[in-house]
Amino acid sequence: MENRELAQLAYELRKKTVDVIVGAKAGHIGGDMSVMDILVMLYFKHMNISPENQNDPGRDRFVLSKGHSVESYYTVLSEKGFFSYETYRDTFSAYGSEFIGHPHNSLPGVEMNSGSLGHGLPVSTGMAIAGKMDKADYRVYTVMGDGELAEGSVWEGAMAAGHYHLDNLCAVVDRNGLQISGTTEDVMSHEPLADRFSSFGWHVIECDGNDMDALDAAFTEAKAFKGKPSVVIAHTVKGCGSPVMENKAPWHHKVPSAEEYAQIETDLEAREEALRHV
Amino acid sequence: MYNLPELNTAGNTIPNRQAICDTLMAAAAADRDVIALCSDSRGSASMTPFFSAFPEQSVEVGIAEQNLVSIAAGLASCGKKPFAFSPACFLSTRSYEQAKIDCAYSDTNTTLIGISGGVSYGALGMSHHSAQDIAAMAAIPNMRVYLPSDRHQTKRLIQALLQDKKCAYVRVGRNPVEDIYREEDCPFEMNKAVVLGNTDRPDAAIVACGEMVRPAIGAAKLLEAEGIHAAVLDMYCVKPLDTEAILTLAPIVKGFVTVEEHAPFGGLGSMVSQTVAANCPRRVINMALPDAPVITGTSREVFDTYGLNAEGIAARVREIVK
Repeated sequence: MENRELAQLAYELRKKTVDVIVGAKAGHIGGDMSVMDILVMLYFKHMNISPENQNDPGRDRFVLSKGHSVESYYTVLSEKGFFSYETYRDTFSAYGSEFIGHPHNSLPGVEMNSGSLGHGLPVSTGMAIAGKMDKADYRVYTVMGDGELAEGSVWEGAMAAGHYHLDNLCAVVDRNGLQISGTTEDVMSHEPLADRFSSFGWHVIECDGNDMDALDAAFTEAKAFKGKPSVVIAHTVKGCGSPVMENKAPWHHKVPSAEEYAQIETDLEAREEALRHV
Repeated sequence: MYNLPELNTAGNTIPNRQAICDTLMAAAAADRDVIALCSDSRGSASMTPFFSAFPEQSVEVGIAEQNLVSIAAGLASCGKKPFAFSPACFLSTRSYEQAKIDCAYSDTNTTLIGISGGVSYGALGMSHHSAQDIAAMAAIPNMRVYLPSDRHQTKRLIQALLQDKKCAYVRVGRNPVEDIYREEDCPFEMNKAVVLGNTDRPDAAIVACGEMVRPAIGAAKLLEAEGIHAAVLDMYCVKPLDTEAILTLAPIVKGFVTVEEHAPFGGLGSMVSQTVAANCPRRVINMALPDAPVITGTSREVFDTYGLNAEGIAARVREIVK
């Protein structure tokens, strides 16, 4: 698929994700929208993961460290064919459902459970060490939120990955600048973020995380870079896709009203439509 | 039921942690997926020989216990058989959430080895005592908890854990403990207590784990001389608790004494009490460390202070039998 088509797909999957959230009356919509392009670029262009090879030891590994973005993650996994979107949409967070409100590896395609922040990078570091031990050529990807970076365990993982020169590891920071209480820089500042990762022995790539060409180039560069783990600091817009929720902290986990839902759908369709005419 | 063993005083110099290292080295030579991880703890864990012999199967994470457990879980998810070593005090509580989510909830084949457990670091203060680890780890669904009593049982346990694919927490002490069993005579069945005693109809039962098994046997021998028969359950498998062994004895005995190197809440005593109360009520006396920072001293001095020795245990059994 061309990057333009992937961008269209990301808007289509945003709509499906919003439908899940509205149906379940639960979810973390802001981060779902910001991270969607990253997930689509990874799952549909860069990662060697599919229902066909999900048990193959040589598959790439993915850990969603910001587990609260499970709605967009599951929408992407269903689009890849790991499970039925309709079943997911209709049972998400419902009584007895396997589709719990954070990733769970009883579902096909999910490697590790998450939900508490600061676990994905250390776990992925272990996966990458295993890959080095086995001289396997799979890559390990993990996506973190930026608010998550306040967890000390993130930096324990970053330290070890740098120490062991894990160039088969690529971390992504969904740098949307907001967390539940406000801006990340007000709550607990992370800047200079690139310097922080760099000082831990990482190769740092910054890009527009809602631009498919930029993400494509970033992941290509990460794959080619040898001797250090790479981090893609993906600058995104929280709530990306509709002015109703874009860059608004309360939309961290707000469920749209009927009126807001209609507007969000209209906005997402307009963005998708605009891409058809590029 | 096995006869109460003679209490060995041969002066064993091999701590349980070294038995773990020896067992893992034997396994690692044949299986490159056997991995050891340490958090600047390879000396304390007796794992230096493993790290030297199998550098490609060793991972040092530095002083970072949370990272230790998460990295181990990541390795396990890729098919490795990781054994993560750290002092039990840090491993069980500082890495608690990693144990809960990355090991147990994600169902990875990760074995956590808590070294220098209980009051092994007697004089170093509460920061270095692990008197909460049984309660903490046992409360996690899918996490198993083992406190082997001597080096031979430790070896059998590690061999069994190498064969299965679920996570576990194992606590061992720092110092060598006298053998209870013998290399060629170490009854071991996974998740089954070793039931020791000289009669099928004991007056009381002592349920102990880890380093408390030896004084429990000592107490049974003291009582034997008085005509009181006490069975001893070496409950190395604190979780899953061998309830069958307990409930087989419950209708026969007047009561139970539990003994553990742990805080008085949420450990072996609590679990045995729950089982007995729910199924066949009998008096259960729990012996444990106090709900307070323990006195400064060696393990032996600490145990003696709180009656966690043969005489102290025998006294509590007499309370039940009288």
